[in-house]
Amino acid sequence: MTRQENKKKHKWVHKDLLGLEYLSREDIELILDTADSFREILDRPIKKVPALRGKTVVNLFYEPSTRTRVSFEIAAKRLSADVINIATETSSVRKGETLNDTGRNIEALKADIIVIRHNCSGAAAMLARHVNISVINAGDGWHEHPTQGLLDIFTLRKRFGHVEGLRVVIVGDIAHSRVARSNIWGLTKLGAKVTVCAPPVLIPPGIEKMGVTVKTNIDEALVDADAVNVLRMQFERDERNVFPNQLEYFKNYGITMDRIKRAKKDIIVMHPGPINRGIEISSEVADGTNSVILEQVTNGIAVRMSVLFWLSQATKKIGHEDID
Amino acid sequence: MKILIKNGLIIDPATNLEQVLDIFIEDTKILKISKNIDRPADLLIDAKDKIIMPGIIDMHVHLREPGREDKETILTGTLAASRGGVTGLLAMPNTTPPIDSAKNIKLLSGIIKKSAIVDVYIAGTITLGRMGKNLSDIKALRKAGAIAISDDGSSVDDAKLMLKALIQSKKEKMLVISHCEDRSLSKNGVVNLGFTSTRLGLRGVSNESEYRRVERDIKLAEKAASSIHIAHVSCRESVDIIRKAKKRGVKVTAETAPHYFSLSEEDVLDYNTNMKVNPPLRSKDDVIAIKEALKDGTIDVIASDHAPHTENEKDIEFEFAETGTIGLETELAVSITELVLSGILNWSELVKKISYNPARILGIDKGRLKPGHSADLIIVSPYKEWVVRKEDFLSKSKNSAFLGRSLKGAVEYTIYNGKIVYSIEKHKTLFQG
Repeated sequence: MTRQENKKKHKWVHKDLLGLEYLSREDIELILDTADSFREILDRPIKKVPALRGKTVVNLFYEPSTRTRVSFEIAAKRLSADVINIATETSSVRKGETLNDTGRNIEALKADIIVIRHNCSGAAAMLARHVNISVINAGDGWHEHPTQGLLDIFTLRKRFGHVEGLRVVIVGDIAHSRVARSNIWGLTKLGAKVTVCAPPVLIPPGIEKMGVTVKTNIDEALVDADAVNVLRMQFERDERNVFPNQLEYFKNYGITMDRIKRAKKDIIVMHPGPINRGIEISSEVADGTNSVILEQVTNGIAVRMSVLFWLSQATKKIGHEDID
Repeated sequence: MKILIKNGLIIDPATNLEQVLDIFIEDTKILKISKNIDRPADLLIDAKDKIIMPGIIDMHVHLREPGREDKETILTGTLAASRGGVTGLLAMPNTTPPIDSAKNIKLLSGIIKKSAIVDVYIAGTITLGRMGKNLSDIKALRKAGAIAISDDGSSVDDAKLMLKALIQSKKEKMLVISHCEDRSLSKNGVVNLGFTSTRLGLRGVSNESEYRRVERDIKLAEKAASSIHIAHVSCRESVDIIRKAKKRGVKVTAETAPHYFSLSEEDVLDYNTNMKVNPPLRSKDDVIAIKEALKDGTIDVIASDHAPHTENEKDIEFEFAETGTIGLETELAVSITELVLSGILNWSELVKKISYNPARILGIDKGRLKPGHSADLIIVSPYKEWVVRKEDFLSKSKNSAFLGRSLKGAVEYTIYNGKIVYSIEKHKTLFQG
C-alpha cells in the first residue's frame, strides 16, 4: 500500500488527546488534513458548521489561560457545540473536590468532551482514565500541550507545503516547556529535523533520546534553519535561581532582527504566545515579515476544530481506552 | 498440635540443607526433620513438589499503627504478612506518634501483643520525632525492646549527629538502618532523573542524591567502627560503593526491595502513582546493577518496604500522590519470578536474602529450620502462577506496583510458632467465593 492509500484508510481510534507522544504519524496527518478544510471555513462570511451540534464541550481550566481557552471555545462554537467554561483555582491536595471527582461530575452532567488545562504533569492522563468521555489535554504541567504542537506543525506545513526534512529550531526554556515536548514528538514523527537551543540549565536530561539535536549557541542553531519556534521565558518560575538573568538571556538567546538577517532569508518565526517583547524576542521580529505568530493563532482554531471533530467521532465507537 | 509435613524440598541455608524430607512439628517447635517420619499427627500435609523454607523475615515494613489506621493496622499488616509467607517483620518507626521513646514503644508493644499474628519487631527512631535535630535515647529504646533504629522516610542530614548515633548504637548493640537520601539534591523530585523525568515533565531524583549519602554513612560507620545497614538500595553507584566498602572490611549490610529489581523507570510512563516510590524506580542499567549485587552478595537482604496508602492518597495528581507500594504479599513471588526462575539466585540464596540474612543482621534467632527451633516456616508451590489482584490483598491498602502482573510462586501455608496462620485454600474461599 502506498502511503497515500494508507492515509485514506487511516481511522481515528483515540478517545482522548493526551499528547503527541501517543499519536502515530498517520493520526497527526489526519488531524492536519481535516484542519485544512476547517481553516477554509474560517475565511467564510458564515463561519459555522453543524459537525458537533448537540454536543457539549467543557473547558476545565486550573491555570489561567486566555488564549488557549478562547481558541477552544471558538473552535467548539464554529462546530456548533455548546461550550461551558469552568475556571478554577489550582486543585489542591487536601481541600476541595479531587480532579477525578470533578471529571466524573462533568461526565454525569452529560458533557461529551472535557478540555483540561492543569499545572500538574499527567493530570489529563489521570482524568482520561477515570471518565468515559473524551479528554483533550490543553496543557499539563511541563508535559505536553498537544494542540499547540499540532497548530505549530500545521502552520509549518501550510507555509512550506511539507514537514519532512524541515529544520526547526526550538529556543528557550526547554526543560519546563510542554510546548517544546509536543513540538518535538510531533515534528520528529513527521520527519522534521529538530534542534533545541537553550542555556545548559534549561536543557532537560536525556532530551536527545527524543530525536533532537541539542545546541547551546543560538547563532549556530539558526544556520540553515527553516523555522524557529521561540518559547516564552518565564523568569518568575526560577525557583532554584538557576536561570540566566533577563538581559543576559536576551543578549545570548533573544531572537533579534540581527540574528534573523543572518539566517535563511525566508526563515519563519513562531511563538506560542503570549510574547514577552524584548525578553525572548524583539518587537521588530515579532511584528516583522518573517513572523507567523498571528497566523498561528488563526490556525489554532482550525486545528482544535479538527481535534474536537475526530474525538467526537471516536467516542461514538470506542468507550474507554488507556493511553498505552 | 502436631503437624507432619511429608516430602517437601526443605531449604535451610543455615545448615546447607536442600533435600526432600519430612518435618514434624509439635506445639510451637520443630521436633524432627528427617526421612520417612511416621508418627501420628493432628494434621498431615503432603508437600510433594513443594518447597519448605523458613518464614520470611522482612526487615522493612510500614504498619502505620499507631496513627494511620486507615492505611494499615498491626492486624491487617500482619495478616498481609502471613499471606506473603512473612513470619517476622521489623516495623518502621515513622508512625504517629513516632517510636522515639520508651513510652511510645510500650504503646506499640501493647498493640502488637493484642493484635499481631506474626512476630513484629520494633525499630525506634534515630532522632527525636525524626526531626534530625536531637538523638533519641538509644539506650532507653533498646531497653524497651527496639532492635534497630532508623529515621526511615528521612535521612539524618547532620553528619555529626549520625556519627554520634552510630557510636551509641554500637554500645547498645543496636542496628542503625539508614535511609540514604540527600534532600538538598532530591528535593521535590518524584521520578528518576533522566529521559523519564524529561518525558513525563516531572521533577527528577538523581542517583547522586542516594549514593552521596550511602558514601557518607559508610564513612561514618567506618569512623565509628560500627555496623550500618543501608535501606532500599536502588542504583548502580550505591552498589559499587557498598561493594568496595565490604571489600575493605566495613561492617555494612544492604537491602533492596523487589520493585528495584523487577521494575524500572519505564513502568512510570503512564503516570501510574502505584509506581511512585522513594527512591524512585531507576533506569534499566540500575536494575541490572541491583541484580548483580544480589548475586555477588553486595546486597544481603530483600525487604519489601511495604508502604500502604489509601486510594484517596494515591488516586490524585502524580506529584501530590503519596510515595510507596505495598509489598508484603508479593515479595516472595516477585523474587522467585525475577531472581530464581531467571537463574540469578538459587533457592538457598533466595532464602538467605529473604529470611536468614535479615534475621542475622537484626540479631534474632530466626530464619532457620532446625529441630528445637520455633516452627516458623512456609510451604511454597514454586512454579504456581497467579495474578496480582486488588480484591485478594489482605493488606488494608491496595497500592501495589504489581497489580495486574502475573507472578510465579505461591505461599500455600504459613506456619508461625507451630500454628497455621495462613493457607491458600482458606484464602480462596474468603476472596473468590
